[in-house]
Amino acid sequence: MRTRTLIGLAALALCAGAQAQKSAADGIAEYRKMLEDGNPAELFEAKGESLWKQKRGPKNASLEKCDLGLGPGVVKGAFVTLPRYFPDTQKVQDLESRLVTCMATLQGFDAAEIAKTPFGRGEMANVTALATWVAAESRGLRFNLPQGNAAERESYEIGKRAFFFRGGTHDFSCASCHGEDGKRIRLQDLPNLTKNPGDGIGFAAWPAYRVSNGQMWSMQLRLNDCYRQQRFPYPGFGSEVTIALATYMGVNAKGAESIAPAIKR
Amino acid sequence: MKKIHLLIGGAAAASLLTGCASMPSPAELDAKARQAVKTSFRDQGIAKTDRLNQDLGQSACSSDKAPDDATADKIMAEALHSVKWPANGQYLGDWKAGEKLAQDGRGMTWTDASTDSKANGGNCYNCHQIDKKEISYGTIGPSLWNYGKNRGINSLSSPALAPIAQYTWVKLWNAKAYSACSNMPRFGHKGLLDEQQLRDIMALLLDPKSPVNQ
Repeated sequence: MRTRTLIGLAALALCAGAQAQKSAADGIAEYRKMLEDGNPAELFEAKGESLWKQKRGPKNASLEKCDLGLGPGVVKGAFVTLPRYFPDTQKVQDLESRLVTCMATLQGFDAAEIAKTPFGRGEMANVTALATWVAAESRGLRFNLPQGNAAERESYEIGKRAFFFRGGTHDFSCASCHGEDGKRIRLQDLPNLTKNPGDGIGFAAWPAYRVSNGQMWSMQLRLNDCYRQQRFPYPGFGSEVTIALATYMGVNAKGAESIAPAIKR
Repeated sequence: MKKIHLLIGGAAAASLLTGCASMPSPAELDAKARQAVKTSFRDQGIAKTDRLNQDLGQSACSSDKAPDDATADKIMAEALHSVKWPANGQYLGDWKAGEKLAQDGRGMTWTDASTDSKANGGNCYNCHQIDKKEISYGTIGPSLWNYGKNRGINSLSSPALAPIAQYTWVKLWNAKAYSACSNMPRFGHKGLLDEQQLRDIMALLLDPKSPVNQ
């Protein structure tokens, strides 16, 4: 009888534990759902759209002739095909590095200066707002990165190798956290980025508004902070590794629906 | 007419050839990836680019395929050899200090000021369940709830303690001694935690009075 009570109690304790866990995770999910009604990313979208149309820079020009891969001025649908190869720069570029190219060629800004600017400041903050708007114009579309060009296929292969590259003080790679299904850090679910993690998950969610610090995070900043937590040195904005990783994740996400700009904890 | 056809055919063949030739071999891609890593990062604060110089274990565990048995054995043997045992055979410290370290995920990023182990946490709850009262735990590593109790340690004089303490010390000092490509950082070997910090985490896991073993 006593044993049975004990087993009963233990089972109860287990249930209570599982329930507490579930309610914490559920609470976070509910909180996110509530926030979706008023995602502050909309403010950055609006800013990005006006920056796109506004005449700015030394050449006093707008970005309306910027080619994001689908032809000059075509914005809708471009986000879900990036990174891709651009013949004019002879490089595979992600959305942000491509925007900087357009700001340099069309508006006369100094691309190297922008790349050196910290996230959230000056023209870098404008790049983030532009990326947020461009991404929003493809909301609901499915990722379909081109891999027809040898440089695009090479970028994928380099990205895959970078994803598994272990280093730093803690021996971490991207795969340490994002190489398996169903894992988490603390209560944070970790998408498996070695395959399509599902609609609106992982690559298909960024840029995203981060509630915890009140900032708009682009994919470049998302990767930058991953590397910070990996205890790696600092990845350059638009550097080959960051673009190759984006190609790797973007190609793996083929068919996933983009919800960017999303809202995150 | 025939000539034009030939010309077009020639051009198509040429573009096909360049298409084939332009995709590098796996070994060439490895080299290109290494070069990309080398040129993509810069020093920032305490996080210097020398952190990208891989040792054998890091380079052999940098793909979706496990290293061959001989390489894995070498990594594990070197890792075991690297272990520094605690002074005076003293394995256990204070579990309360251990719990604080287990909760603390800080240290060694470019936003941290110092590489001194005193500035570092153990990151344990990021990946492991430990004390069940903490519901915010990660699942990359196994649950450590009842770690000592499950291994028959019900008092500090238990004969089960010594072998488990030695095993656990090795795991914390250099986890690659037991699994060549373990996800777990090498806390002792890489100087992330000092001896006393490791003793405190040991106590959290093994001390019968620790909340982990209730």
